Amino acid sequence: MNPRKLTKAGVAAAAALALSFSVAGCGDDGGGGGTGGDNEKITVGIKFDQPGLGLKTPDGTYTGFDVDVATYVAKELGHDPGDIEWKEAKSADRETMLQRGDVDFITASYSINDERAEKVDFAGPYLLAHQDVLIRADDNSITKPSDLNNKKLCSVTGSTSAQNIKTKVAPEAQLQEYGGYSECLTGLENGVIDALTTDDSILAGYAAQEEFKGKFKLGGFKLSNENYGIGVQKGSELKAQINTALEKMVADGSWEQAVKKNFGPAGYKNEPPPKIGEIVR
Amino acid sequence: MKERPTVLYDVPGPRARRRNVLYTVLFLLALAALIWWVVLSLEEKNQLEWSKWSPFFTDSRAWTTYILPGLENTLIGAALAMVIALPLGALFGIARLSDHRWVRGAAGTVVEFFRAIPVLILMLFANAAYSEFTDIRPETRPLYAVVTGLVLYNASVLAEVVRAGILSLPAGQTDAAKAIGMRKGQTMAHVLLPQSVTAMLPALVSQLVVIVKDTALGGAMLGFSELLASVRPMSANYGANTIASFTVVAVIFVLLNFALTTFAAWLERRLRRAKKSTGAVVGADAVEELATPGEHVGPADGPK
Amino acid sequence: MFDFLEGYDLLGAFWVTVQLTVISAIGSLIWGTLLAAMRVSPVPLMRGFGTAYVNVVRNIPLTVIIVFTSLGLFQTLGVSMGAKDFTTINFRLAVLGLIAYTAAFVCEAVRSGINTVPVGQVEAARAIGLDFPQVLRLIVLPQAFRSVVGPLANVLIALTKNTTVAAAIGVGEAALLMREMIENEAQLILISVIFAVGFICLTLPTGLLLGRLSKKVAVKR
Repeated sequence: MNPRKLTKAGVAAAAALALSFSVAGCGDDGGGGGTGGDNEKITVGIKFDQPGLGLKTPDGTYTGFDVDVATYVAKELGHDPGDIEWKEAKSADRETMLQRGDVDFITASYSINDERAEKVDFAGPYLLAHQDVLIRADDNSITKPSDLNNKKLCSVTGSTSAQNIKTKVAPEAQLQEYGGYSECLTGLENGVIDALTTDDSILAGYAAQEEFKGKFKLGGFKLSNENYGIGVQKGSELKAQINTALEKMVADGSWEQAVKKNFGPAGYKNEPPPKIGEIVR
Repeated sequence: MKERPTVLYDVPGPRARRRNVLYTVLFLLALAALIWWVVLSLEEKNQLEWSKWSPFFTDSRAWTTYILPGLENTLIGAALAMVIALPLGALFGIARLSDHRWVRGAAGTVVEFFRAIPVLILMLFANAAYSEFTDIRPETRPLYAVVTGLVLYNASVLAEVVRAGILSLPAGQTDAAKAIGMRKGQTMAHVLLPQSVTAMLPALVSQLVVIVKDTALGGAMLGFSELLASVRPMSANYGANTIASFTVVAVIFVLLNFALTTFAAWLERRLRRAKKSTGAVVGADAVEELATPGEHVGPADGPK
Repeated sequence: MFDFLEGYDLLGAFWVTVQLTVISAIGSLIWGTLLAAMRVSPVPLMRGFGTAYVNVVRNIPLTVIIVFTSLGLFQTLGVSMGAKDFTTINFRLAVLGLIAYTAAFVCEAVRSGINTVPVGQVEAARAIGLDFPQVLRLIVLPQAFRSVVGPLANVLIALTKNTTVAAAIGVGEAALLMREMIENEAQLILISVIFAVGFICLTLPTGLLLGRLSKKVAVKR
């Protein structure tokens, strides 16, 4: 066996990979040339796989309500959209990322609660969401939470939403957990799953997708209150600045616009913009 | 295909041939019925809609944004695991051939321990350990955890491969080395190891297939952004086309691993034919048959 | 020191692991032998199917197969195998996935076992007038099964470890419980040791027992 041949193959493979990577990477380096920002980078943590909130699109750009809020806040802090570096903040990693300083702030459907508030500080809240269910548009058998008894519920692994329903409103409900919401949606579409449960903002984001128009509807049950906040490092001075930015965003109508744009098509009735520092229990 | 007699049956006569045709037809019907049922059910559940499949054929961004970066991570994870596990495996493989009882025993115990534990358990442990005791960034932690789990498991498997590779060499090699006055270390470093590397290449490539498959565990359970995990953001973007996405990803896995398997088989054939080498070879299938866990526990086991 | 174990059904989780292993082992032995029969059958189409099946299934990650049983078989094709609640359905789906995967390896082991029987043996048997069933029963299978014990033992141990993948569709076996415990308890090392020892208790005796058996029954050539 000639070792040189192996090396050559390795180089070729590496080159092919590098090529594919550079192709993938060229989508998101637009922007850049600032129009007033100081061109300093800012790192923001968002979700990458939640339509309507934070989603990485095929272009390598990001869309969703969380993304719009973060972009607005960053602009107020003096950073152009092109200077924002987006990082994926998975639910389990959010506190660690802030504590370690990997990101400057996090907008990732991040509900404020006491346990989290011990580890990080929250600006906002900027959205009041509720736990809800998504059901098929033609399904009229679920009109109140207790109708979920004997129904098949779906949620993602490690989420507390489904457990909530089982312990509080519908003890007879059956539970299926998958790694992601997409798997639940396939089941919902196929009729094997009766309801997908999580925050209504996330559900609205899915239902608003082009492919699902008219297929699903929200139950409108308001099973819990989720106050989405912007997470910052404990004791960070960013908190005050972000709060000011959020107030301005609501005042100049950008907040309303972002809500309409991201959740509108799903018939999602949003709550009025929450007051800064006021947490609805 | 030319009919040859095998262990089980003779060259078929006219009656047997008619019977074979009948079996072929029946089998074909059963297979066709199965496929028909699958296609029909898929159609009924709207899973064959073109909009669910079209991104993979018409939208190159589906590949450049999701699939290729995922595949890249799969390959990086697998390559890292292989590169780190190989020297470790060689070390333990050689230690198990040591003349000293306690070295053999210790190496054997470590190897048996990691071979007896599911690789997923090792990954879960590594992931939690890294988050608790180290400062590794959350976005790279899954990669570290997956590679660590794979290294721990595969180093112990490769130890067996290395051992078998060395044992596969003709005894004359050691004798000749001794005859020209080489010490044990020299014999290993200059005579046995270089030749055994060639002998075990097919087994190494075939172990790479196992490693590639196991990276998917990290995607499903640890949030490692490899090929299988690329299904999630992809199906979030293309209207929950989970069936289509999973199918595409499965096909890529099969093609990749099939290429590796074929390469391993080709290497093995080539090495068996080769005139220059000793002709010793550890086959591609050998990895699974090398040793049953527990078989080598205890210091009684030495070089044969 | 072991207070944190309270509230977790450790034995129950390992019992699920054992059940998954045993049922899948029996199933894959049957399906794998059938596949091997196809691969050595005189009908080219069956041979082709057997070969294709083994080559495809061996090269797909088990994780993909298990997730697909839930998404594809259950959700889309409506295969629920007579069960109504998700726990039972998921368990049975996982068994099905494990069988589909493990059978490919059983098939290869059995086939290579048949291939170890020299053609001369059968030619000799035919020469003394044995018919096909007799050849199979008296000459081929006894020798083939003996040489298959070792490889099959390895397949069985791999299967035991592979049952952890069932956690991917939420089957409550050992790995899923371990993940839950790691998340909730600050006893990482102890938890890991417990689960490691649990699996060693399952795999090591199997290996030792079957390893000894395979040596005992091996055909000396």
